[in-house]
Amino acid sequence: MLNRRTFLRASSAAAGGMLMTLYIDLPARAQSPASPTYPPEAFIHVRPDGTIVIQVNRLEFGQGVQTALPMILADELDADWSHVVGELAPAADVYKDPIYQLQMTGGSISVPHSFQQYRELGAKMRAMLVATAADRWRVLPAQCRTESSVVYGPANQSVRYADLASDAARRPVPGEVRLKTPSDFRLIGTPVRRLDSRAKCDGSLRFGIDVDLPGLKVALVARPPVYGGRVKSLNDREARAVAGVRDVFEVPVIRDGTGIAVVADTFWMAKQARDRLNIEWNLSGVEHADTSQMQTRYAELSRTTGNVAVNRGDALVLDQIPAADRIVGDFSFPYLAHTPMEPLNTTIRFDGDHAEAWVPSQFQTMDQIAIAEVLGLKPDQVTFHTEHAGGGFGRRTPLDSHVQREAASIAKRMRGTPVKVVWTREDDVQGGYYRPMFVHHVEVGVGPRGMPAAWRHVIVGQSHIIGTGPPWEGALVKKGVDELVVEGTADSRYAIPNFHVSAHQPTINVPVAQWRSVGMTHNAFVMETLIDELAVRAKIDPIAYRLALLSPDAKKLRNPLALLEEKTKAWRFRVPRNHAVGIACNEYHQTGVACAVEVSVENGRPRIHRATVTADVGMAINPLTLEAQFQGGIVYGLSQLVAGGAITFSDGRVDQRNFDGHAPPYMKDAPVAIDVHIVPSTEPPTACGECPVPVICPAVVNALFRLTGKRYRTLPLDSI
Amino acid sequence: MGRGRGSLPDTVEGEIIVATYALTVNGRQAEVDVDPGTPLLWVLREHLKMTGTKYGCGIGACGACTVLVGGVATRSCLLPTSLVGNRSIATIETMASDPVGRVVQDAWVATDVVQCGYCQSGQIMTAVALLKTVRKPTDAQIEQSMGGNICRCGTYVRIRQAIARAAQQLG
Repeated sequence: MLNRRTFLRASSAAAGGMLMTLYIDLPARAQSPASPTYPPEAFIHVRPDGTIVIQVNRLEFGQGVQTALPMILADELDADWSHVVGELAPAADVYKDPIYQLQMTGGSISVPHSFQQYRELGAKMRAMLVATAADRWRVLPAQCRTESSVVYGPANQSVRYADLASDAARRPVPGEVRLKTPSDFRLIGTPVRRLDSRAKCDGSLRFGIDVDLPGLKVALVARPPVYGGRVKSLNDREARAVAGVRDVFEVPVIRDGTGIAVVADTFWMAKQARDRLNIEWNLSGVEHADTSQMQTRYAELSRTTGNVAVNRGDALVLDQIPAADRIVGDFSFPYLAHTPMEPLNTTIRFDGDHAEAWVPSQFQTMDQIAIAEVLGLKPDQVTFHTEHAGGGFGRRTPLDSHVQREAASIAKRMRGTPVKVVWTREDDVQGGYYRPMFVHHVEVGVGPRGMPAAWRHVIVGQSHIIGTGPPWEGALVKKGVDELVVEGTADSRYAIPNFHVSAHQPTINVPVAQWRSVGMTHNAFVMETLIDELAVRAKIDPIAYRLALLSPDAKKLRNPLALLEEKTKAWRFRVPRNHAVGIACNEYHQTGVACAVEVSVENGRPRIHRATVTADVGMAINPLTLEAQFQGGIVYGLSQLVAGGAITFSDGRVDQRNFDGHAPPYMKDAPVAIDVHIVPSTEPPTACGECPVPVICPAVVNALFRLTGKRYRTLPLDSI
Repeated sequence: MGRGRGSLPDTVEGEIIVATYALTVNGRQAEVDVDPGTPLLWVLREHLKMTGTKYGCGIGACGACTVLVGGVATRSCLLPTSLVGNRSIATIETMASDPVGRVVQDAWVATDVVQCGYCQSGQIMTAVALLKTVRKPTDAQIEQSMGGNICRCGTYVRIRQAIARAAQQLG
């Protein structure tokens, strides 16, 4: 999401209710360095004991940004790393993304967009500390040097940052500072263990769901079984009889529906009471989605041309290619839930003219505005704390902030009482905001040397952008095509002549959202399995075939493919009998990733013995975290492949409930070993978090083809 | 199975009976007044304010709520408080003072296992239970013991490495 070089600025204007105003500027702005208006004091606090507290303008939810951004700042600051602490910043203008001007964590932008910003912050603070020391010693700043939170003068006199900090804070912030050359980095590029590790291993780290306050109540909401349904009648006598229940009332929920909120002293009491509600729902007038019917409809649509995303060369060339030289593929992808381990939650206390919120938020700017809007406040009347989140993967960024809106409705009624709204796992699995269901129909004409001569591609699936209004649509929808639906195909780096891509984007009564790596989840699967099929047909090694077909300027993919060749040559051609190797690659957010997997079939399931992953992410900030993100992203990608990975609908209702019928990857489903290799680079850092996700599933089924002779075009993989 | 002190209901409010239970958690006595069916998970989190143990699914399918009950790795989301009896409970909060727990935590930190960290209390508790029983687990034993714990961040490879590291430390 928001991966385009588009500049979005959100501001709120309270005129007859809250208005979201988003401005779209030109890409030129996006490339300008961090604004000089970021005051170091908002980001860096040097305590008297030498601890340096750095505000992190992002959500930490596993990706390691709470360590990476402090590393960048501390490096320029020459801080003593053993005394650095990273804190998640509350919602405030100063913590907005320097390019998008929204406080958010998504699109894998955190390090790419804040690298320059945090370097400058560190360098400016260092300059202020040095100038303070130089004044004290009556020497020139240039005569001083810094190391490990100490300034040294020309006579080798020294003073700790902690003893300079209060004087330094009174100095003017320098406008321009010189940044280190990469050879002078002490932290950047080195493997650094996470700052939050110990607290996550001893149970002391507080997540949003752990928030506790004096007088806190817990609320659960009974939501309609079909999106948009409304309460027709309610009998809450039994529910109200449960000890600890404080209130039961109707609340607005998504899609103009209503639900019943139960507020109680504890989660368990609220759940007991919710289970005892007797609700009759009005489900008339809302579409009852049914995935088997949708499959038929989508398949029919896929045989017709949709809104055109790309029309390069002459696609009619395809019709002149004999059937024997054509590959025709029908692909099908289900709805996918994110199921972050920490269920959704939000805590709000409303005091009439002010509110306070504790949110594991991927999108503070929007969530704060949403809460303010429901409570009739201005955003700055909502003190907004960013809480650690137990994963997210896109589930905590719906553009409508529906979790926060619902929580605010409840807090409004419970005025003066802090209320934590918690979603059960069932609420989460059935609650929507899924990766949309998709169908692809592709026809490829094979030309000379086995390379594709013509390619016609139709994609069918919901857009989560179309219908949201001008700002998002303006940025992402071009000629009726949502870029997030076709990304990975339309912008493929393969040099395919006569290339035609179109999309149908039906409206369905199922809320959809971005899911880690968004459109790449299905487009990369289609492209990389078809490319493999072409390579097999051409009897060319799959790495060599890709290198031959990639456009000459696709260096972000060429580099990792070349590295993959090097790192796998010792094992790729020597796997045991009944094992096979599959290859895939993908570029996303200017980061290229390539992957080789060794697979066998055990008990009718793919067993992934090893995965080698290579990536060009520009400059690596923390190789240890990069390795973790790539290992984890590979496993997350397998959510698409595991047998229980789909969300399906019958008569408007979700068929799955919890981790019994809906299974994400467990340890046995994951590769036993994953080795990660980063292409050495001094280019600016590019994306990381989403980039490994798209390559694993195509790599695995490409390997399976070599074992079974079958091509797998329907996910999840129900049978082999 | 005993129900501890106060096995007779003290209070009746509406249809839910509330009783007093004496629990031994991390070596300390604690008394709670709850509905007998209240899962141990929620007693730990909401009554005893020990939030290191996590709610992930409530049906015993993810392992985030794993604690040791009488030394056995147990899904606390499925264990009614009335069935705890006099078995001692150990949670993530006491692992730093447990000889195996400390080694496992240190191995986790040294291996930089955690990402979001939400499932890791349960992962660590499961690994501790494994290493208390099997000092040198094989890959297959690790996979079997850890096989019911979900990590959506996908830290499985490093979990394997950290268990191997801890096993080596424990000698």
